[in-house]
Amino acid sequence: MSVTDVATATGVVVGRVEDVPPGEGRAFVAGGEQVAVFRLRDGSLHATQAACPHAGGPLADGQSDVDVLVCPLHQYAYRWSDGASTSGAAPVRVFPVREVDGDLVVTL
Amino acid sequence: MTAILGARLAGASTLHLDEELDPRGRLVVVGNGMAGARFVEEVLERGGGEQFRITVFGDEPHGNYNRIMLSPVLAGESHEDDIVLNSHDWYADNGIDLRAGVRVQRIDTAAKQVHAADGSVTAYDHLVLATGSYSFIPPMNGVRTADGELLGGVYGFRTIDETRAMLEATGRCTRAVVMGGGLLGLEAARALQGHGLQVELVHAMPWLMNAQLSREAGSILERSVEALGITVHLDVLATEVLGTGHVEGVVLEDGRRLDCDLLVVAAGVRPHTDVAVRSGLEVERAIVVDDQLRTDDADVYAIGECAQHRGSVYGLVAPAWEHAKVLADVLTGTDPDAEYTGSRTATKLKVAGVDVATMGTSTPERDDDEFLVISEPKRGVHLSVVIRDDRLVGATLLGDTRKVAFLTQAFDRGAPLPEERIRLLVDLSDGAEEVGVAEMPADSQVCNCNGVSKGDICGAVASGCGSVGEVMDRTRAGKGCGSCKSLVKQIVEWAADGDLAEDPAASWYVPGVPMPKPELIRAIREHDLRSVSAVFAKLAPDGKDDARSKMGLTSLLKMIWGSDHVPEKDAEFINDRVHGNIQRDGTFSVVPQMKGGVTTPAQLRRIADVAEKYEVPMVKVTGGQRIDLLGVRKEDLPAMWNDLGMPSGYAYGKSFRTVKTCVGSDFCRFGLDDSTQLGIDLETRFQGIESPAKMKLAVVGCPRNCAEAYVKDVGVVAVGGGKWEVYVGGAAGASVRKGDLLATVEGRDAVMTLAGRFMQYYRENANWLERTYDFVPRIGLEKIKQLLLEDSEGICADLDAGMQRSIDAYRDPWGQDAEEPATPGQFRTSLPLVELPAVPVR
Repeated sequence: MSVTDVATATGVVVGRVEDVPPGEGRAFVAGGEQVAVFRLRDGSLHATQAACPHAGGPLADGQSDVDVLVCPLHQYAYRWSDGASTSGAAPVRVFPVREVDGDLVVTL
Repeated sequence: MTAILGARLAGASTLHLDEELDPRGRLVVVGNGMAGARFVEEVLERGGGEQFRITVFGDEPHGNYNRIMLSPVLAGESHEDDIVLNSHDWYADNGIDLRAGVRVQRIDTAAKQVHAADGSVTAYDHLVLATGSYSFIPPMNGVRTADGELLGGVYGFRTIDETRAMLEATGRCTRAVVMGGGLLGLEAARALQGHGLQVELVHAMPWLMNAQLSREAGSILERSVEALGITVHLDVLATEVLGTGHVEGVVLEDGRRLDCDLLVVAAGVRPHTDVAVRSGLEVERAIVVDDQLRTDDADVYAIGECAQHRGSVYGLVAPAWEHAKVLADVLTGTDPDAEYTGSRTATKLKVAGVDVATMGTSTPERDDDEFLVISEPKRGVHLSVVIRDDRLVGATLLGDTRKVAFLTQAFDRGAPLPEERIRLLVDLSDGAEEVGVAEMPADSQVCNCNGVSKGDICGAVASGCGSVGEVMDRTRAGKGCGSCKSLVKQIVEWAADGDLAEDPAASWYVPGVPMPKPELIRAIREHDLRSVSAVFAKLAPDGKDDARSKMGLTSLLKMIWGSDHVPEKDAEFINDRVHGNIQRDGTFSVVPQMKGGVTTPAQLRRIADVAEKYEVPMVKVTGGQRIDLLGVRKEDLPAMWNDLGMPSGYAYGKSFRTVKTCVGSDFCRFGLDDSTQLGIDLETRFQGIESPAKMKLAVVGCPRNCAEAYVKDVGVVAVGGGKWEVYVGGAAGASVRKGDLLATVEGRDAVMTLAGRFMQYYRENANWLERTYDFVPRIGLEKIKQLLLEDSEGICADLDAGMQRSIDAYRDPWGQDAEEPATPGQFRTSLPLVELPAVPVR
């Protein structure tokens, strides 16, 4: 796996789509920042800050569905749509992410 | 005294110099029993060691011991070493001058000096009398010899020396008479009977324990005592003790003669007041003290059984300890205005094998006192309460003390009583819990994990949450360890006052698929759904997946399909994805399998090498008798497993975890059977089996229960003769519950079969995350017995086959994933810019 840190016109290439198994998340470094990228089973891509705002938990290790991401440490859940917590924690930052020729491109 | 000028003091003169120069006050305590020693402890606790030079006189040569525990010592249940409270060393370590075995003769209150039998004279600033009581020997012809000593074979029951003498006598004596049917007499009778003596009990009053029990309760106790084989003679005095040199019998006032070679006199105690009398202090029934435990001399105090406060003399330890606290507050200045205003005495004890709890009065005393009695002589149960002006003023519980906690609170604090008085004594099923919930203050914390109060929960209901689930989502109550869930539910129901939407989700196995577990299992089989995504697609509303349902579904599919289940990594919790328990900083813990808690030097060496090689921040012995390597980076996991060469201990999963064992019959001199091997066999057979919640087991080689089998999901106890007891539904975590005895079975194979059958029944029928301690009471022990022991529904063969399918599907996950990752980046860090471990290194 190569973690390329190449600035494109509209974002940063962090890795290849196949680096993230279906339904799971993986963490990358983009522009000096750690981001968690998720590939859902419906094919959609999502990206958030890598550490949970509640207690710093590794969000890429969390479980997700079409609506939310759940942190593995204390089960706080965050909505993909706007990063808001459904259980009263501070929100997570969400980043636009898309696939370009098999590359994962995150816009910071 | 010249040495005082030198920089270094010679050892021998140190003490003397200190005494001369010591600015501390002189505090002298006469009496080293329960009251005196506790008082000294209370003084030290308040920093009194800085304020006072403390001298303690004790009549007995011993340190301080727990007099209450003399009965178990006499019964052979406790060793005398076990009842020592403070050894001589303790006194020395705390700089206390203990004069053990020195009797105080009198006090010169004018000169403020204590004169002792050894000729010593000790000056004091404050003097505390804690001289306690002595056994009362009723006047009987022949009980004493010419020189005033008790006749041979006659004993009081008050000190360790008397207890030792009686213990020694049990070896050569065959018949005992115990005089006194109070607490002490009953305990002595029971203890001696346990040593094989024929015991007769003589009590001067018309019923047993007349000071604490009503006549009716006393009669029920009498039956229980007679049932033990102890003959009881009531309402009769002994007038003569027979025998020259050694007791041969007693004669009762009606002329009957009872032969015996051991006579125990437990006919009550009298306060030790002779020192006070000789010293000119005011003594009535005992030494008279005021609300600060002060006698009529301003610098002399009295506490414990030798003190008489507002006309009351107490014979229990609790008031003595209250005295000790108040006086320590006063003398150390911690609270110079502290006052003792009397004790409400409540006792809970086991008398001759019968549970007894009493508080306050045993019978109504005024015309308008309420009196409620439940009497079941056949069962040996007698319960009664006395209520005055809506307050509990007395209660007696005999043979069944389950309600003692609530009653004690009501008695001590005057807590409000339920309108239906019968609820004080028995649990009625309809709405009994509402009362408790309604009375809870709003700020009392319900969920300790997430800090949610009753008020928070009521607030959520008021602001529109219409179901228990919604309230839990909103407040996070019950979302930590989960032990408060039923209380949360009760509060929500109470707060909503009937205006609660039926929460259909409450019966679902997981929130994302609207089906109870049995229905879900049927649907999964019917549609042949072998992966979590297939379950969502077919059974979830709109085919939508749900993050919080995935883990439970994965577990269920593994249970149903065994090795035919189609695994999906994203449907597993991170712990199961990387086979370790995630820690607060995102590192993991590694617990190798150590069957039955048995390891080898080679294994330990390997673990040690691995811990060093990977710079493991903490190596910890777990509660499950294994070794935990904590703070391991995810990236290091596969290499560590390879180096360890040991299988996973499954310390991270909702699964069969571990089997604790004791050392069993191979080593332990009490072991009745080979618990160690049975534990190893159980772990070998059931290792890694997934389940609705974790399963912790234990096997012990005798009922001493060293590996805590009584509080395990499945606990096995050897009872000798190849027989084993199998307990289920025990817990000693967030909830504590003793397991229920499912069956006593013969032979190890029977244990393996029954344990497997129970665990499979639990796997198939428990809700997700429902521990056995909730599951067993929910289903009911009787039902489980019928199903598993009598095969009442013909499911046992299926249960056995289902368990076997899961056992056959077992593969060690470490061996498997260490070879090749299951998915790309399975072991990549998820916090690439954080240096891990971020936990302290020990």
